[in-house]
Amino acid sequence: MFKATIKSLLSRKLRLVLSALAVVLGVMFVSGSFVLTDTLQRSFTDLFSSAFANVDVSVAPKAEKGKEPEPLTPQAIADVKSVPGVASAVGDVQGSARPIGKNGKVITTSGSPRFGFNWTGTGQEKIREGKAPAAENEVVLGGYLATTGGFKVGDDISLLTLEPKKTFKVTGIYEYAGGRDSLGGELSVAFTEPVAQQLLLGKKDVFSGITVTAAQGTSDDALRDAVAAKMGSGYDVKTGAVLAKEQADQINEGLKFFNYVLLGFAGIALFVGIFIILNTFSIIVAQRTRELALLRSMGASRGQVIGSVVLEALVIGLIASIVGLGAGIGIGALLAKIFSSVGGTNLQLAGIGVPMSAIISSFAVGMIVTVIAAVMPALRASRIAPVAAMREAATPDRPLTKITITGALVAAAGGTSLAFGFNQASLPLIFGGILVAFVGVALLTPILSKPMVSLIGRLLSWSMPGLLGRRNSARNPRRTAITAAALMVGISLITGVSVVLTSATKSIEKLATGQLQTDLIISGEGQMEGQAATFKRDVLTKIEKTDGVKSAVGWSQDGVLQGENQLFAVGVTDMPAMATMFALKPKSGDIKPLKDGQLALPEEMAAEKGWTVGSTVTLQLAKAAAPQNYTVAFIWAKSQVLQGALVLPESASAQFRSDQIAQAFVQVSSGVSAADVQKRVEPLFADNPEITVQDRSAFVKQTTSQFDTVLLMIQILLALAILIAVLGVINTLALSVIERTRELGLLRAVGMRRSQVMRMITVESVVISVFGAVLGLAVGLALGIATVQALKDQGISEIGLPWMTMAQYLVVAAFVGVIAAILPAIRAARLNVLDAIAYE
Amino acid sequence: MSASDGVAARAVDVWKSYGSGDAAVTALAGVSVDLEKSRFTAIMGPSGSGKSTLMHCLAGLDDVTSGEVWVGGTKVTGLKDRGLTELRRDKVGFIFQQFNLLPTLTAEENITLPLAIGGKKVDKAWFDVVVDTVGLRDRLTHRPTQLSGGQQQRVACARALVSRPDVVFADEPTGNLDSQSGAEVLGFLQRSAREFGQTIVMVTHDPNAASYADRVIFLKDGHIVRELLSPSAEEVLDTMKHLDSVVAVPHV
Ligand SMILES: Nc1ncnc2c1ncn2[C@@H]1O[C@H](COP(=O)(O)OP(=O)(O)O)[C@@H](O)[C@H]1O
Ligand SMILES: [Mg+2]
Repeated sequence: MFKATIKSLLSRKLRLVLSALAVVLGVMFVSGSFVLTDTLQRSFTDLFSSAFANVDVSVAPKAEKGKEPEPLTPQAIADVKSVPGVASAVGDVQGSARPIGKNGKVITTSGSPRFGFNWTGTGQEKIREGKAPAAENEVVLGGYLATTGGFKVGDDISLLTLEPKKTFKVTGIYEYAGGRDSLGGELSVAFTEPVAQQLLLGKKDVFSGITVTAAQGTSDDALRDAVAAKMGSGYDVKTGAVLAKEQADQINEGLKFFNYVLLGFAGIALFVGIFIILNTFSIIVAQRTRELALLRSMGASRGQVIGSVVLEALVIGLIASIVGLGAGIGIGALLAKIFSSVGGTNLQLAGIGVPMSAIISSFAVGMIVTVIAAVMPALRASRIAPVAAMREAATPDRPLTKITITGALVAAAGGTSLAFGFNQASLPLIFGGILVAFVGVALLTPILSKPMVSLIGRLLSWSMPGLLGRRNSARNPRRTAITAAALMVGISLITGVSVVLTSATKSIEKLATGQLQTDLIISGEGQMEGQAATFKRDVLTKIEKTDGVKSAVGWSQDGVLQGENQLFAVGVTDMPAMATMFALKPKSGDIKPLKDGQLALPEEMAAEKGWTVGSTVTLQLAKAAAPQNYTVAFIWAKSQVLQGALVLPESASAQFRSDQIAQAFVQVSSGVSAADVQKRVEPLFADNPEITVQDRSAFVKQTTSQFDTVLLMIQILLALAILIAVLGVINTLALSVIERTRELGLLRAVGMRRSQVMRMITVESVVISVFGAVLGLAVGLALGIATVQALKDQGISEIGLPWMTMAQYLVVAAFVGVIAAILPAIRAARLNVLDAIAYE
Repeated sequence: MSASDGVAARAVDVWKSYGSGDAAVTALAGVSVDLEKSRFTAIMGPSGSGKSTLMHCLAGLDDVTSGEVWVGGTKVTGLKDRGLTELRRDKVGFIFQQFNLLPTLTAEENITLPLAIGGKKVDKAWFDVVVDTVGLRDRLTHRPTQLSGGQQQRVACARALVSRPDVVFADEPTGNLDSQSGAEVLGFLQRSAREFGQTIVMVTHDPNAASYADRVIFLKDGHIVRELLSPSAEEVLDTMKHLDSVVAVPHV
C-alpha cells in the first residue's frame, strides 16, 4: 500500500506542487513570525545589555503612586560617593529632545527614542570628531542623528526640549563601541550639564539618575545593597544587568504581542489553505476513482484506502512543512534585516536563530492542516464501490441538500457565538464565531453557486468562449464553491474591517459637524505615542487676544489617582467657552466656571462612580504633596465629544506633571473667516513646529487618516490569505484543464483559436473569483455591520458603507481572476490538438 | 499549383513519419490523391495502415513530413497555427469516433459551435434542413449525456455540415455504434453528399461502412494500393482480403 501511494504521489507532481504551495506559504508565515520576533528579541536584549554595559549600579528617584518623582540633588550624588566600594558616581540628566532637520521639519524615528543628556565624558559615548561641548550654546550629536539629519561639526542645529526651539552649534559627533552610530536607532544629543538640566528637567542643579561603578573587588550586587542601604527607601537602586533585563523585557512584551498578531494572520492564511488542499484532494480523489476502486476490487479494505489518501497527505504535509520552515527562516531573516536597516531603527541584529517554537509549530501546523483537509476526501474515496471502476468517473452531481442543511446549522452556530461574543466582549467567542461562520458559509456556497455563477457569468459571456467558460464554472458547484469560499475569507475580513472604519469615520465626521462648534483646533504631534507636544499657557493668552478670535479654550492633561484608580483629568482654561464649543448640556448642576477644589465630570462617569453634585472626591495629583478633596460642581449630559475625562479648574494644572497646554480650540467671531484667523495664529507657533493649527475639516481628516493606515496594514497582512486563495483558483483551473483535455482538443479541432481558448479559461477564472469576492463582500458587510452595532456604545453611532472600497475589491478580484488564469490558459492553449483528442 | 475545380482536397506526394532514427515509423509513404467535390470517399485499410494519419494531414490537424496538402483553394502545408485553426473552422467539418460533443452545451449549441466560435450567423433555413435530415428536431435542447450514442454521432454530423465546409472528415464515425445507429449515420452521410453536394471523406476499416461511399481508396503501409468506385460491401471485403497479396507500389 505504501509503495502504491508513493508511486501515485510522484505521478501527479504538478497538482502536488500546487496544493503543497498553500501549506508552504502558511507554514512560512508561521515560522517566519517566530524567527522574526526571536531575532528581534535577542537583538533588543543585546542592545540593552550594551546600553547598560558601563553601569554597575544605577540610582533613580522612586516614584510614589500617582506622584511625580522628586529629581535627585547633588547631595544624593555625594551620599552615593561616600558609600564604601563606590569607584565613581556620576549624575545623569536625561530628557526628551527633538531635533529639527535642515528642512525645518522635526526629525522623527519609527519608535526609537529621541533624547538629550548631559555630556560627562564618562559614558560609553566616545567623541568621533570635533570636541565635547563647553559653552552654553554647544552640543555634540550622536552619529546617527548626524547622518540622518546631515549635520557636520560646525553646523547649527535647532532642538525642541521643554522649551521651544533653541539653536546650538555642533562641536562634535560621538559614536559607540565598534564605531556604531547608535545603539538602536535613537536620535541623541548631549549638552553641557547646566543646559541639560534647564532644558531637559526644567530646573537647575537636579539629576534624573546616578550611574555608579564599583571599585575593584566589589560585586555589583554587593554594591547595590550597600548603596540601597545608604540611600533609604526613597530611591530605586538596581544593577545594570537588572535594568537591561527590565527594559528588554518591556520591548519583548510588545514583540510578543506583535508575534500574536502575525500568527493570527498566519492562522487565517492556513485556514484558507485548508480549503485549497481540501479541494485539491477532492479533485485528485475524483480523478483517481478508477484507481482507488481498482485497489478496492483487488481486496484493499476501506481503511487501507483512507490510509493511502491520509498517508499521501502526510507526505505532502511533511515536505511542505520542511520547505515552509526553510522559506520562513529566510523571510524572517529578511524582515529582520529590513526592520533594522530600512525601518530606520539601525538595530544591530543578533544572529538569525531558529527557535524551537518555529520548528515545532511548522511541522504541527503543516501536517495537521494537510491531514484535516485530506480526511474528508479520503472518507469519500473509501466509499467508492469497486464496480465504479468499470464506469466513467463517479457521479459528480450529488445532491446538495445535506451540505446545505449542515452549512445553515454551522453558520447559525457561528452567528450565535459571534452574538454572544459581542455581548460579553469575549474575543475568543468572537473569533471562534467568525471562523465557524466562515465554514458554515463555505458549506452553503455550493447551493449559492448555481444562481450566482450563472448571474455573474451572464455579464461575461457575450461570446462563445465566454459562454463555455461560464458553463464550465457552473459544472462542479462544489469545486467552484470551495475555490470561491477561500477567496471569500480574505475579502470578507477586509470588508468587515473597512465597514467598521468607515462607520467610525462617518461617526466622527457627524460629531465634528454636529457638536464641535470650534473653528480651529490646535494640537501637538505625537498624540499617538502618548507624549504629545505641548505649548505654553501664555501662547494661549496671545491667541485669545488675536484679531477675529471670539473665544479660545485650552487644557493641560494628566493622569490622576482616585484611590487605586487612574483617571484622566484635564485642567481647562475657560469652562463656559468649552461648554459652548463642545455643546455640553448640564445633566445636574449648572455649567459655571470651576472654582479651586471643584470638578466636573460626564454623566456616564458619574453613574459608574456613583457621584452626584456635591459629592467629595479625593484625588492625588502628580506634583501635589498629598491627596486633595474636590467637590463635584456639575455633571454634563452624555456627550460624544467629551467623555471619559474629569474636568478640573485651571489652577490644578500647576500640579500636573506638565502645566503646558496639550490641546486648544478657537471659535472665531462671526463674519470672520477661520482661514484668516488661522494665518494670524500660526506665527505664534513658529518656534514650535510640532504644534499644528488646523481647521475643523483638516482636523477630522487627520484624526480619521489613522484608520487608513490600519486598513492598509490589515490589507497587507491579509494579502497572503488572498494569495493562497489565488493559488487555489490556479489549482482548480489547472486541474480542470487536465480533466478537460479531450474537450479542449475537440474545441481546437473544430476551429477554436488559441486566444479564444485562453479567453474561455479566463472567463471561468474571473467568474470564480468574482463569485468569491461577492460572497466576501456580503459576509464582510454582515460582519462589519454586526460589529458596528456592537460598538454603538463606544461611539460608533453611524453605519458607513465603503462602497468605493468594495467596488475596488470587486475589480481587484476580477483582475486576480485574470492573473490566476494565465498559466492554466497558456497550458490549455498549448495543448497539441491530436494528443488532446486521443487523451484518456 | 492549386486545387483545380472539382477537387475539394488534394494530397501531393505526402510523406509522414513519426520519431527519428531507428525508432522512426513511416505512417505515410508518398500518398497522392485528389478528393473530388460532392463525393463521398471512404479510406479503407487495415489497422495501422495510415488512414487516420492521412485524414489528420488532409484536415490540417497534423503537419506533413514532406509533400503538399490543399483544401479548397487553400494550401494547407506551411500554414501556421492561426491559419490552420481558421481552415478547420471555416473549410473543414469533423466527425470523430467518440467524444464529439461538449457536455456543457445543448445539442443545438453543439451543432452551431463552429459558427459561434467564428462569430458567424447561423443560416436558419440550412440549419433546419440539416436538423430535420438527421432527425434531431425534438432533441435540440438536450445535453449530450441525455442522448444515445447514435444521437450523439448524428449531432456531430449536423455540426460538421452546418457551416457548409469544403470537406467533412469523419474518422470511424460508426466505430462505437450498434449496426442500426451506424446505418442511420452512414445513410445520412450518403444523403448529404448526394442531395446537398457535400464532400465527405470517411476513414473506416468496416467494409459495410465503406460500401455507402461513392469511391473507396485502399491504404496499406502508408501507400494507396487500390481504389473502387461505388463498390458493394462484398467487393470491399474481397479487396481487403486480397490486400495482403498486393505489392505496394509507391505512387509517384
Ligand atoms: N503519434 C504517433 N507517434 C508515433 N507513431 C504513430 C503516431 N500516430 C500513428 N503512429 C503510427 O503510424 C502508423 C499509422 O497510424 P494510423 O494512421 O493511426 O493508422 P490507422 O488509423 O490506419 O489505424 C501506425 O504504425 C502507428 O503506430
Ligand atoms: Mg485510426
